[in-house]
Amino acid sequence: MSAVTISYAWPSILVFVAAAILILVGALGVITYKNPVHSALSLIMTLFGVAVAFVAQQADFLAAVQIIVYAGAIVVLFLFVIMFLGVDRKEHVHVEPFVSQRPLAALGVLITVGGLIALMAESHWVTGVKSVSTVGTALATGQANVRQLGTAVFTTYLFAFEATAALLVIAVVGAVLLARRERTVLTEEVDE
Amino acid sequence: MNSLLASSDPLFLHGVTWVVALIVVIKILVGFGALMGAVIVMIWFERKAISDMQSRIGPQRWGPFGLFQTLADGLKLIGKEDLVPAEADVFVFKLAPYLVVIPAFITFAIVPIGGTLHIAGHVVLLQMANPPMGILLMLAMSGISVYGVMLAGWSSGSKYPLLSSVRASAQMISYEAALGMTIVTVILVTGALTTHNIVLSQGGGIWHWNLIRLGFVPFAIFLIAITAELNRPPFDVVEAESELVGGFHTEYSSFRFAIFFLAEFMNTITMSAIMVTLFFGGPAGWVPPIAHLKWVFPIIWFLIKTSIFCFCYIWFRAALPRFRYDQLMDLGWKRLIPLSLGWMLIVAGFLISWRWGALMVSAVLVAWVVLARAFELGKTRESGPERVLPTVGERPIPGHVIRKLSDGEA
Repeated sequence: MSAVTISYAWPSILVFVAAAILILVGALGVITYKNPVHSALSLIMTLFGVAVAFVAQQADFLAAVQIIVYAGAIVVLFLFVIMFLGVDRKEHVHVEPFVSQRPLAALGVLITVGGLIALMAESHWVTGVKSVSTVGTALATGQANVRQLGTAVFTTYLFAFEATAALLVIAVVGAVLLARRERTVLTEEVDE
Repeated sequence: MNSLLASSDPLFLHGVTWVVALIVVIKILVGFGALMGAVIVMIWFERKAISDMQSRIGPQRWGPFGLFQTLADGLKLIGKEDLVPAEADVFVFKLAPYLVVIPAFITFAIVPIGGTLHIAGHVVLLQMANPPMGILLMLAMSGISVYGVMLAGWSSGSKYPLLSSVRASAQMISYEAALGMTIVTVILVTGALTTHNIVLSQGGGIWHWNLIRLGFVPFAIFLIAITAELNRPPFDVVEAESELVGGFHTEYSSFRFAIFFLAEFMNTITMSAIMVTLFFGGPAGWVPPIAHLKWVFPIIWFLIKTSIFCFCYIWFRAALPRFRYDQLMDLGWKRLIPLSLGWMLIVAGFLISWRWGALMVSAVLVAWVVLARAFELGKTRESGPERVLPTVGERPIPGHVIRKLSDGEA
């Protein structure tokens, strides 16, 4: 453990426990529900839990973005696709389709859990940060986190930021190109 | 300052005394009560105003001027049988109404309805909460209320509600982009996220209102986009009676239907209030020098401005025909999003210096010309996925094509 000790007030512990329950129950729901729509709903619950955790650490802007982008747009699109393709009907899969993936899955779980334990061993157990300072003015007040984020994104990480933006635009253009197929003559088909 | 923080902090992260707790509880109760009261009056007002515009009388039996009609309707709805369709996904079906009504109420919590009060040594903001994320909370909540509509339609296990919910989610997501961009413009000028500070920065008289400071365009975009978010006429393709029976809540009855109804009107009032907050200075206005009553006048100003917008929504409903679905998408994607993006760039440019402003104006003009040319090119080209039914020529369909289709002549 790091040398920094923080005394937690009971409300913040309560908030943390509530957020943790939301995140874990949601995450379990995503992988256990048979119905994809229910899984998507569980995912929203997890995202909400993460947002609450962000608020509890005074990262209000990130919390808002979490809800607006992930819950408000991305999962809506998931649901949109699920509804459109009609995969929401319960499928009776009696045979495991991917037996060969099981050892790989176990390996993945091992790596993830091992990584988490290694991370916790040398950093603060809640935040994963190596040292936590509550004295720093900008973080402690929670007022400046939009300014901080903006400064970081547009100065230090400008190249990565712009590259991500370009990547997204290229992906959108590609998707549009794939979805659009030229159809030359339409009026003749009407006549049939 | 500390007490101001604490009283505007419902999670009590900055410590609690019982006075602060009491203030918060009272604020929430009063706010909830006021919003419910406002909804009842709003429903009555809408019915009366629409009746006047259509040369009818409207509700008149219960109470003076039919004021209690809404209460009677509510009681009737609660007394009805609560049906759950056999094909429904029961859990989601029961969850959906609450996903609509709770965001509606939470959004209202960030609206400043008055100035500040001093009670027992505490500075009390006349708004239920003033979270640091401020106006972003409104965007987040409107994102959540999409789920209510979407899941209501899906879980009903019925065709028309499903169609309606697909329309609703597409429409609400499309207009959220323009909405967000306009809010960014407001945040750029006021330099604050919290609704309290947004209102404070507009305090110096009518020329400081964002409506005028930003040029009228962001307000116009916001008004259109928010009407589409609300699914109110002329953007109510979600509940187009002639095409979709009753829309996403066709299968709902009794109390659950009442909740949808309540949420719709709550949202209408809340969004009017948000519009007043963002563009019309919120509770700002002339305060006569009367001792001890100075805090009342901002509330009255706020109520007057909000009711004007509530009336506008009713007026839209009476005056404007419904958009067709493709027109609605065109307006959102091809007009509002580029316009709001361009206007945001212009405002940001002028905030730095007039040179940057002029540069941005010219850049936006060039982009506008390019975009207009692109739309023109796109119009003449027919395209689409292959397996869908062929599009029938131009819209509206020319007469000879309709005749061919209906008569079956080749």
